[in-house]
Amino acid sequence: MVTLKVNGTTHSVDIDDDTPLLWAIRDNIGLTGTKFGCGVAQCGACTVFIDGNSVRSCVTPVSAVGDSDVTTIEGLAGKEAEAVQAAWIARDVPQCGYCQSGQVMSAIALLKENKKPTDRDIDLAMNGNICRCATYVRIRAAIHDSARALEG
Amino acid sequence: MQKAILLTVAAGIAIGLAGTALTFAQTAPRSPSDSSLRPAASFSNIANERDRSVALFTEMAKVLQHPRCMNCHPATERPRQGDARRLHEPLVVRGKDGHGAPGMNCTTCHGKQNYDPARIPGDGHWALAPASMAWEGKTVGQICEQLKDPNRNGSRDVPGLIKHVTTDSLVLWGWNPGVGREPAPGTPAEFGALMQSWADTGAACPAS
Repeated sequence: MVTLKVNGTTHSVDIDDDTPLLWAIRDNIGLTGTKFGCGVAQCGACTVFIDGNSVRSCVTPVSAVGDSDVTTIEGLAGKEAEAVQAAWIARDVPQCGYCQSGQVMSAIALLKENKKPTDRDIDLAMNGNICRCATYVRIRAAIHDSARALEG
Repeated sequence: MQKAILLTVAAGIAIGLAGTALTFAQTAPRSPSDSSLRPAASFSNIANERDRSVALFTEMAKVLQHPRCMNCHPATERPRQGDARRLHEPLVVRGKDGHGAPGMNCTTCHGKQNYDPARIPGDGHWALAPASMAWEGKTVGQICEQLKDPNRNGSRDVPGLIKHVTTDSLVLWGWNPGVGREPAPGTPAEFGALMQSWADTGAACPAS
């Protein structure tokens, strides 16, 4: 039995220690906003926060989480999250949407560390999040919009 | 119809065998001479102390220039990965402190331990070496001089270097790199003994 604290709620789940956190979040806890893309940390669809830091949940065994706070797309809150949500809607960023929860998590992680990212900063932070619809141009523009909104 | 099925099966077997051969070629262990280190004591037959010291460092360089070490001591901002030393995918950079760019840190993917189900290596100290410690593209002699230079080795004297290579968890990871990666040659103890003998013989560097 493994205990996980996800979005402020403690869950006891009957899984092995080496189970990927992503599987626990989706299959055991039932939060399906976080997506499975590649399973090997190459696409970013599974991005969550652990104690506020972005992590690929598909390569994170639950044994590595311990007492840490896990935040998924469903549990986002705060000014960066609000700014990104508004910008994503205004720019109509998603196309198929499959990768977008991961994109949003990484965008928020960037804006928490860098209040005024350049194109280069955005590319370096976001290139681990792959979008099969190639919405990259809108993603970059929406991050700039979010930064401006946070500044103002 | 039966002939077509037979041909399909034969083609499948052929592809399978080719795949197996390819997999074996990619994962076949190196010969013992490549994956081992000569014991420090075996250099005692070199009478000239400086020559002995140079020979000891040249043996150490089998570790220093191994992909497990060299991949994260790159000349550029971007590390490499795997035994073939491909550029790291996705694109990651050293960043201000060796832990990546804002929003895309090493710890975004690399945990405190190897995660073999996904073949992701990990260590609690996972990081890129500072640019001053770049070894890529340098000769063994240049790496040796760099390793001894306190301005380019993290302000370490030779005993400090020995302590670093025998106790730092990320250095030791090189001999425990997880599934799909070849360990650095020899053992940490053998490497430490070579470095100690190199220090004891004056820490001389190869000319090139």
